[in-house]
Amino acid sequence: MRTIIDWLEHRTGVESAVKSFLYEEIPASAGWHQIIGSMAVFFFVIQVFTGALLAFNYAPTPGEAYNSVKYIMTELTGGPLIRGLHHWGASMMLIIVVLHMIQVFIYGAYKKPREATWMVGVTLLLITLAFGLTGYLLPWDNRAYWGTVVTTQIASQAPIAGPYLLRLLGSQGAVGNVTFSRFYALHTVLLPPLTIIIIGVHIYLVRKHGVAAAPGDTAPKRKFFPEQVFKDTVGIALAFIVLFAMAVIAKVPLERLADPTDTAYIPRPEWYFLFLFQFLKFFKGSLEVVGSVVMPGVAVLTLFLIPFIDRGPMIRLGKRTFAITFVLLAAIAWTGLTTAAVVTTPKNQESAEDTSQPDADAAVNAPASTAPALAAWQKLNPEELTGLGIFKKQGCMGCHPGAGQKGIGPDLTKIPAGQRNVAWLVPHFKNPSQIVPGSAMPPVDLSGPDLNALALFVLKLTPQNEQALQAAPDFATRGAAVYQMNHCNACHQINGVGSTLGPALDGVGLRHDRAWLEKHFADPPSVSKDSIMPAYKFMPMDMDAICKYLLQLPNRA
Amino acid sequence: MDQPNGTQQAAVDVPPTRRAFYIGFINGAMGLIGLALAAPAAIYLLFPPKLRKQAEWVETADLSTIPTGTPTEISFQRTRVDGWKVTNVKATAWVVKKPNNEVVAFTPECTHLACAYHWDDPSHTFVCPCHGSVFSIDGKVLGGPAPRPLDRFMTKIDTGKLEIGPVEPQA
Repeated sequence: MRTIIDWLEHRTGVESAVKSFLYEEIPASAGWHQIIGSMAVFFFVIQVFTGALLAFNYAPTPGEAYNSVKYIMTELTGGPLIRGLHHWGASMMLIIVVLHMIQVFIYGAYKKPREATWMVGVTLLLITLAFGLTGYLLPWDNRAYWGTVVTTQIASQAPIAGPYLLRLLGSQGAVGNVTFSRFYALHTVLLPPLTIIIIGVHIYLVRKHGVAAAPGDTAPKRKFFPEQVFKDTVGIALAFIVLFAMAVIAKVPLERLADPTDTAYIPRPEWYFLFLFQFLKFFKGSLEVVGSVVMPGVAVLTLFLIPFIDRGPMIRLGKRTFAITFVLLAAIAWTGLTTAAVVTTPKNQESAEDTSQPDADAAVNAPASTAPALAAWQKLNPEELTGLGIFKKQGCMGCHPGAGQKGIGPDLTKIPAGQRNVAWLVPHFKNPSQIVPGSAMPPVDLSGPDLNALALFVLKLTPQNEQALQAAPDFATRGAAVYQMNHCNACHQINGVGSTLGPALDGVGLRHDRAWLEKHFADPPSVSKDSIMPAYKFMPMDMDAICKYLLQLPNRA
Repeated sequence: MDQPNGTQQAAVDVPPTRRAFYIGFINGAMGLIGLALAAPAAIYLLFPPKLRKQAEWVETADLSTIPTGTPTEISFQRTRVDGWKVTNVKATAWVVKKPNNEVVAFTPECTHLACAYHWDDPSHTFVCPCHGSVFSIDGKVLGGPAPRPLDRFMTKIDTGKLEIGPVEPQA
């Protein structure tokens, strides 16, 4: 081992580089209050690591982003944990960066000669916020979409630069492909290396000027390693335990797929931007730009210039009453605004996946207590039953398993009101992703009548009848399909659907038996004298199915 | 600046027992954090996705259209679960109908490196164009680097139609 290290040291100087980093001298007054910077770096590393893992299973286009996130969350072992670490890690990183800043601020550690260190630090805060803002869009759910719509519109209010900013973010028309790609590129391509470089500059500057000592600290200096590194590690370990617990316990939201036509959705930014959101409400009309752009801009500028505004020499913490008061007031204002924003936010009705649509058909399909109990399929008309047969044959259940089970596709008993019609469903079957951007459903390649039947069947699904319908016997769906294929409805009626030229077939089994039916199909006048029905020659299997089906038709109530 | 021996330096700074405790804690804590990140990452990347229910059996050609004794390539549509997407893809199988109407359906990939092989009528063998594997009409390896006979789809015949199911597990 020693020989390898010596070889490396001789060729690269890596050992002495590490040593000079670890054995840097720090003031005797350094201690627990200075661990937060290291914690921030640690959280950045966590974000890079978990972000790369997420990217391994993420499709960065609006068409597929949502499905791939859902795949990570529902199908990959450990997926929710990795996303949890990334999601909560982002929030914790921001908290830690702000705490680091507050510590430096109240200790006055930004003063000469450390002005540049402070300004680079403010840049890192802005980058952290930019990470949050761009990452927010990437799951492409409703919350992501609407949050970003509002953000880009705020950017567009900037004096002079507004329209250009909007164009730069690719969102003049609407938030879509272009904005998405730009946010993704910022979040994963541009910002991470930029952050690494700026963290490097920041640490270089900290080293150049040395860790800020408390005023009057003349005690002999100490080494960074191992005592301060130990303290840093304690802070990092505690923060990591909190993060890990959050990732395990707290569910990261994934709402419905982004829907630009969803007028019921109440958009809100991520929690750390809520204060800005609430602040904006104080400004009405033409003054709005003051709250959305001018004042936040002035605040950021002030933050940058603090070392030049407060130019006095460093003094003891106990005497920095102004700085401490300022931080306290800012914290109170932030808490007040955030609380107000949370309190005034109505609960989103469409939160998460557990949407419950009022079901207009429920009453119709509820089992009638007076009539003898009918099988669920007996309540469908032939066309709907044909649709059920297609539904089963096409393997729709693979993605829409029903009965409350989670499938890759949506719960078909809860189709939103605007989509509960054949005119919406049929084009959707033909080209799912064109009607619902991002849909992973494969196109259903069927004839027009079959698509129609499928749509009619899907509309009949309710949480009550779903399971029973999926268990419908094959002869019923097959028989109904034979009935449809031979256009029996041109003369006959079942369940009130069809023509009345011939007799209605409801309850035909109560009047005739199988032998009669078969004879009737082969030669109608042979069993009913005046019949004008043409003869039908079915394949044995089809004959079997249609006879069984017809014989089990109930009388109409 | 050149650092002299680290232990000597530190002796001035922290007492050796405390120094050992610090270093032990740092290594232990960082090791545990590393483990807490590496283990979920390995699980996340290596565990197969949870299986989705999917229609396994596909109705293909009419049995009467398949010639007896000559391998025929039939194509059919099947759903493929590909990560977060379910797609309808074209699939093929080499089908051999025996005189007793028994049917064998081979998967279309060579068992060596999964190239698409074809039926060579003159030599009455399946030939892989990549590395020269040769298989008999019943899928046995006759030559080349293929490690095992051709894989087969499960088949069943329902009212004159050939249905193709999942790949048979290898014996």
